[in-house]
Amino acid sequence: MNTVSQEGLLDWAGPILQGALTTLEIAVLAYAIGLVLGLIGASARLSPWAPLRGLATAYSTAVRAVPELLLIILLYYAGSQALTALIHAMGLPGQVAINGFVTAVGVLAFVQGAYMTEVLRGAILAIPKGQLEAADAFGFSTWARFHRIVIPAMLPNALPGMSNLWLILIKDTALISVIGFSELFFTIQQAAASTRAHFLFYAAAGAIYLLMTLTSTALFARLERYVRRGQPAQEEA
Amino acid sequence: MDFSWLADPFYQEYLLEGFVNTLWLVAVSAVGGLILAVAVAMARLKGPRPLAWFAHGFTTVMRGTPLLVQLFFFYYGVGRLLEGIPGIQDSLIWPILRDPFFYGALTFILSVGAYSGEVLRGALLSVPPGEREAGRAFGMSPFQVFFRLWLPRAVQLCLPTLTGEMILLLKSVPLVSTIALMDLLQAANIIRDETFLVYEPLMLIAGIYLAMTLVLTVVLRQVERHFPGMQPTRHRWLPIRGKEQAPCKN
Repeated sequence: MNTVSQEGLLDWAGPILQGALTTLEIAVLAYAIGLVLGLIGASARLSPWAPLRGLATAYSTAVRAVPELLLIILLYYAGSQALTALIHAMGLPGQVAINGFVTAVGVLAFVQGAYMTEVLRGAILAIPKGQLEAADAFGFSTWARFHRIVIPAMLPNALPGMSNLWLILIKDTALISVIGFSELFFTIQQAAASTRAHFLFYAAAGAIYLLMTLTSTALFARLERYVRRGQPAQEEA
Repeated sequence: MDFSWLADPFYQEYLLEGFVNTLWLVAVSAVGGLILAVAVAMARLKGPRPLAWFAHGFTTVMRGTPLLVQLFFFYYGVGRLLEGIPGIQDSLIWPILRDPFFYGALTFILSVGAYSGEVLRGALLSVPPGEREAGRAFGMSPFQVFFRLWLPRAVQLCLPTLTGEMILLLKSVPLVSTIALMDLLQAANIIRDETFLVYEPLMLIAGIYLAMTLVLTVVLRQVERHFPGMQPTRHRWLPIRGKEQAPCKN
């Protein structure tokens, strides 16, 4: 039996690698979009205009209170139906079969954005007020103040949270397998089912995810050292 | 929106069963997981080298891999291996080993043990050593010092993080629908298959989860407030998993 499962692993190495790549692509894209959503969300939550603040609060609260898996399934169906309705409204016939990749990225980014909103909001609030007032005093425009002062001053505060979210995102990509899109874990499930070597393949899946998360942790540690350059040395938290 | 299926007693039964299973799973995993967390934290801090090493590896693996993968690993991987052991299918424990609830609870207990164990370890480290020495000076046994002094003080330091872990645990329960355990999501899936309704059952479940999260948050707040010696803390009312929210380490 052992020899059979070994063969199985080698036979499936190609598809599994392919799946791992797809998973990374989904994660990177979802993270980038989630970051943008988070920036918009955080700005909205800190906005002086109450309706905007309320909207952003509702988004981040509702998304964080409902299980990710449920959201992913719900948004998967809602997304395709909403697009179909839109196409019909534009007078075009037919159904939209949304590309699985686009859905996966969209859904994960939407969830990620809610968590990112909270992380970035906290980081922006932690910027000493004097730095922002200094920017105003020097006549910075709002945009210049945002990208020259707010972003660099916020990054050291935000990075630990952002690194956590990236790790959570990598792990959340496995949930995409539930809606049947062929990323890493879906491929593993197929492999396990066809070779019947469940133990072996799920252990391999764990090893691959562990490799991804450990590598990411190391990379984020370097990144954090970079954004903290120019800050007084800190003891390791 | 069509919610007429809610009147059907069969569907009500599914939903009730799912709801009860969800609560059971959270309760069992929370209690088991927190006990394991204490063991993991102590193994890392005071255990002999190989045990500390093992506990470290355990936390790294559990925190570095997706919960869904762990669930599949235990249910399909380990479960199928157990099936192959001769004689086990006639033994008394087989009904337990066949039950998806067992694997769901096992996975969640290990997961809570790893995440909360890490939180507790940090908290145990930040209890000032003088307090433990004071306990020893009063003639408490090491055992008493741990259970009366060190552990309660550590829990005090990281209670908001630990309660946050419990909310995250509640939110991971729908994963068990993938191993054919009847939770709320599985109930919704059955109703969806039978009624051909895409959204309504899912939206109902989302609403129930929203309410459960809210109630659990309020309950845990009360627990925090009544924990002896707790300082009232301001914290976000929904947790984000990880060290970023841990106020344990000073």
